[in-house]
Amino acid sequence: MIGIGFVYLVAGSFFATCALLGLVDRRWANALFHALLATSFFAGDRIGDLGNGVLVLALVATATSGRMRRGEPADQVAPRGPLLMLALVIPATALGGTLLFKQMPALIDPAQATLVALAIGVLLALILCHLFLRPAPLDGIRAGRRLLDEIGWAAVMPQLLASLGAVFALAGVGDVVGRLVGGAIPAGSVFGAVVAYGLGMALFTIVMGNAFAAFPVMAAAVGIPLLVHQFGGDPAPVAAIGMLAGFCGTLLTPMAANFNIVPAALLELKDRYGVIRAQAATALPLLLFNILLLWWVIR
Amino acid sequence: MLVLSGVAVIALGFLLRFNPLLVIVVAALVTGLAAGLDPLTVLARFGHAFNETRYVTAIYMVLPAIGLLERAGLQARARSLVAGLRGLTVGRLLAGYLLFRQISAALGLTAVAGHPQTVRPLVAPMAEAAAERQGDADPERVRALAAATDNIGLFFGEDIFIAIGSILLMKGVLDGYGIHIEPFHLSVWAIPTAMAAFLIHGFRLWLLDRRLGRRPA
Repeated sequence: MIGIGFVYLVAGSFFATCALLGLVDRRWANALFHALLATSFFAGDRIGDLGNGVLVLALVATATSGRMRRGEPADQVAPRGPLLMLALVIPATALGGTLLFKQMPALIDPAQATLVALAIGVLLALILCHLFLRPAPLDGIRAGRRLLDEIGWAAVMPQLLASLGAVFALAGVGDVVGRLVGGAIPAGSVFGAVVAYGLGMALFTIVMGNAFAAFPVMAAAVGIPLLVHQFGGDPAPVAAIGMLAGFCGTLLTPMAANFNIVPAALLELKDRYGVIRAQAATALPLLLFNILLLWWVIR
Repeated sequence: MLVLSGVAVIALGFLLRFNPLLVIVVAALVTGLAAGLDPLTVLARFGHAFNETRYVTAIYMVLPAIGLLERAGLQARARSLVAGLRGLTVGRLLAGYLLFRQISAALGLTAVAGHPQTVRPLVAPMAEAAAERQGDADPERVRALAAATDNIGLFFGEDIFIAIGSILLMKGVLDGYGIHIEPFHLSVWAIPTAMAAFLIHGFRLWLLDRRLGRRPA
């Protein structure tokens, strides 16, 4: 069955080729960074938890050594070929493949249908690019490596943050935060409880970078015991609107690196927090809306 | 209380602008030690989670195709597309993209668009070209706004889809308290916020257009 392993093979091959090109071009630190990524994608399941831990430390050491170089500037050319059509190959294959693969669970893991479709879209787009644009064989890898080097060390930040979340869970950080928030609510106040719940979701999401980590904590501290049991709120809006209040927090935090920090690097913004600044004026009124909506539903 | 020291490390590290990767690793170590775990256990747990979340980093596999297309002039082509559409303003373009992203995410199609696939090669250059025509000289802000619009569309669309991760998480957590709710009831309650998100962000985009002057110069 085709599943996530195929996706990791495609991504790992890209990183491995980048590493080899880096050796040829004598970009040692970048080559090491890409080689470590390739190792993780090819052999991550075989080197054990501690092996992966050491691999992460090596990645971080390489990234913080200050020796990784940025991408070499690209030369501008006059547009040629059916570029917009080719650019839509990846999204279109992801869309069509997702719908199609869900119908064939024997052949393709339905849980990974979208990622598999995306990987196939990438391969298809590369083949079509070579047919229409006729670049030199390794041009695609070179151009992709330039973009990857623009992102630089931020490329692995989302994965590291997810791992930090796992350590936080193991250490019981959530329970402590839940007790703190629960203790701060004035007794008997519906509005106070709703504000603590909504703000708590947003703030804890800002700290963790992920509303998924905040939801079980805030549900246990405020949502279920106070809003549902004590004040008789409908559990469906309590859960759904609470999660969306958390999403407002996601828009405000560098900890949600794949949404906020990586795009800033990818778009070559000078301000690392530029995307967050652009989001704040939408996120804050929306958080207020969520809190008022939930209060209106429960009261 | 001691386990919160990791959170303090994160906040301080980001404020003082240390390399975030280093801050994250130190925070994990501090948190683990504060909870009485030995460093090797923390490292193993960290490594395990890192291996389990590789799918986050797998998205960079799109970069060779995007890079090839950009090398052939894709961004310039996307900009010239805007030149052909005379009534298109940066606000209207991004509001249209916001609606597309919300609706496609609400149908569960979260990966058809995104920062590497659509924002960098298409949406950002088109938005820049439109803003330039309206007399805006700050491409950096327009690019940031394009990325912000993608995030907002995704976040406040995806929860309407009943089989998305967050809905399943909520259902699982509620089940744990003996409260049984159909995913449909959870997704319905995402609709008011989705509409509010479109109105608030759309209003900001409308203000931007008005500030730049509606008529393309």
